[in-house]
Amino acid sequence: MLTYTLQRIALSILICLTSMGLLFAALHAIPGDPASIMLGSRATPEMRQRLNHELGLDKPILVQFVTQVGNIAQGDFGTDIFSKRSVGTEIMESLPKTLALIGAGLGWAVLIAIPLGCYSALKRGTWIDRLTGILSVGTISIPSFVVAIYALLLFSVQLGLFPVIGAGDDGDIRDQLWHLVLPSFAVGLGWVGYLARIVRASMLEVMNENHIRTARAFGLPEGKIVLHYALRIAILPTVTLLGLAIGGLLSSAVFAENIFSRPGIGKLIVDAADVRNYPVVQGAVLSTVALFAFAMPISDLLVAWLDPRVRANF
Amino acid sequence: MSAPTSEAIVAITAEAAAPGLAAGLLRRLRSDPLGLLGLCLVLLVVFCALTAPWIEPYNPFKIRVPERFHAPSLVHIFGTDDLGRDVFSRVIAGSQIALGVSVSSIATALFLGLILGLCAGYGPRWLDNLLLLIFDSLYSFPTVMLGLTVVTLFGPSLETLMSVVITIQTPGYARLIRTATLATKNSEYILAIRALGSSSGRVLMIHILPNIIGPILIIASMDIPSVITLEAGLTYLGMGIPPPAASWGRILQEGFDSIRDAPWIVIAGGIPLIFTTLGFTFLGESLRDLLDPKLRRVV
Repeated sequence: MLTYTLQRIALSILICLTSMGLLFAALHAIPGDPASIMLGSRATPEMRQRLNHELGLDKPILVQFVTQVGNIAQGDFGTDIFSKRSVGTEIMESLPKTLALIGAGLGWAVLIAIPLGCYSALKRGTWIDRLTGILSVGTISIPSFVVAIYALLLFSVQLGLFPVIGAGDDGDIRDQLWHLVLPSFAVGLGWVGYLARIVRASMLEVMNENHIRTARAFGLPEGKIVLHYALRIAILPTVTLLGLAIGGLLSSAVFAENIFSRPGIGKLIVDAADVRNYPVVQGAVLSTVALFAFAMPISDLLVAWLDPRVRANF
Repeated sequence: MSAPTSEAIVAITAEAAAPGLAAGLLRRLRSDPLGLLGLCLVLLVVFCALTAPWIEPYNPFKIRVPERFHAPSLVHIFGTDDLGRDVFSRVIAGSQIALGVSVSSIATALFLGLILGLCAGYGPRWLDNLLLLIFDSLYSFPTVMLGLTVVTLFGPSLETLMSVVITIQTPGYARLIRTATLATKNSEYILAIRALGSSSGRVLMIHILPNIIGPILIIASMDIPSVITLEAGLTYLGMGIPPPAASWGRILQEGFDSIRDAPWIVIAGGIPLIFTTLGFTFLGESLRDLLDPKLRRVV
């Protein structure tokens, strides 16, 4: 178990390092001077030289890369070109808001998908099962930003039920939750389909297992069998999926944050990309890569913790 | 997400290369109303893209300021936008961009993935490991983030957008092709051909490639909706194809600014995206079932 965990963590670190290398290579692959692109064509040679010096771009390439990896390992992601603030601080300010958005989105997905998948497995072959099947495929494929825009149009602009922009006042939890409803729904809806299908498939499998038959033979009520003995096992595969889901959720969060003007990593990246503020983009993207790379070993461990059978196999 | 299952599918079908794939496809669609609906939607989009200049009621780029913000009517089915352009014509023109960008960049990614995947699957062990690490790292970038990084460096343009899509799609195909190559590499007929003295290139191109290409083409076509979504999404954020191109993402972006007064523009921009992605996905589901009989039993 410990060796396996360490191996997975080592792989995650390796992936983060390779990603840094790729981002680094990309910065040097652009034709011309990175500084002139970030500053625009009107910059004077002195301004370019100063920025190149600030970014360390005037040193040998290998030195630059090693310095950068060292800095990032210490939590130093460089400085924002325009505001001169530390990129690490900017990321730390926006990351919790994005994580809240993703978490709430997953909450929506789990809340809708598990009952839906469970119910349609129990009512296999009926029209409600078939409808769930169609809806699952549908929600998977519809772009999250279209969902977000339509939700904003219907519930905020037309009906006026939810706020249009922002993340709510700091310190006012109710207001913040209120602002979270629509964006998180748009982020989570795409996962309803995936999760419902997985729950349905694994529920069908579990319901045919021996221990369920035994429970029936003991005369336990069907509700208790389903909730207590079947569903608890059937939701385990979704935990594995959640680790993989982080990447897609982060992408949806970029759109949700921009459509609802919520502060967060996605808004930070798009605003920075707009003015070609590369240090901010690089730092924010790397933090999401790290989030994704470490979510997978974490979800593996979570499954092992939840399921004694998996633990026994290590 | 679908990578592990699709890899399994390719591995299975590569072993039993199905000659009757096309015939089975048609037979299957006849008994699958949802797949048929998907096919119809896909054909509709393809039709719009191919005949756009002839079926557009107005010039999608012609600015008529006096006619700005007309609500939908018989004259302008989807209304007009902030510059008085006919939204319906722009939606039709958008189908050309959506399909053009997705098909051409997926084809390029497939070609690159084919070369890299064959190298990884057939080449030496160290090359395989190195390529896998790079593929996995590229896989760890959330797609939109990767797109935004590239756009920051190279500036928004059609070429940048296409290279983003190619960068995102290539690792997936390379992995699929690697798995399929590994699955076929040690089959008896390949061993026999190698014993006869065929060169690696000949084995790859003449004997391995034809056996794996069919299912891979189908899986690549299932990626079209996600690529269309990415194109429209990045363009929506102002990071994709620059104006005045009538990408669906652009229509959404321009409509979003006037969402209070002219909601029909965002509605019209979203509908084709929903129809196209649903169409390709329903059709793709149908094809996937056809490719993987094991999956059909479970789902």
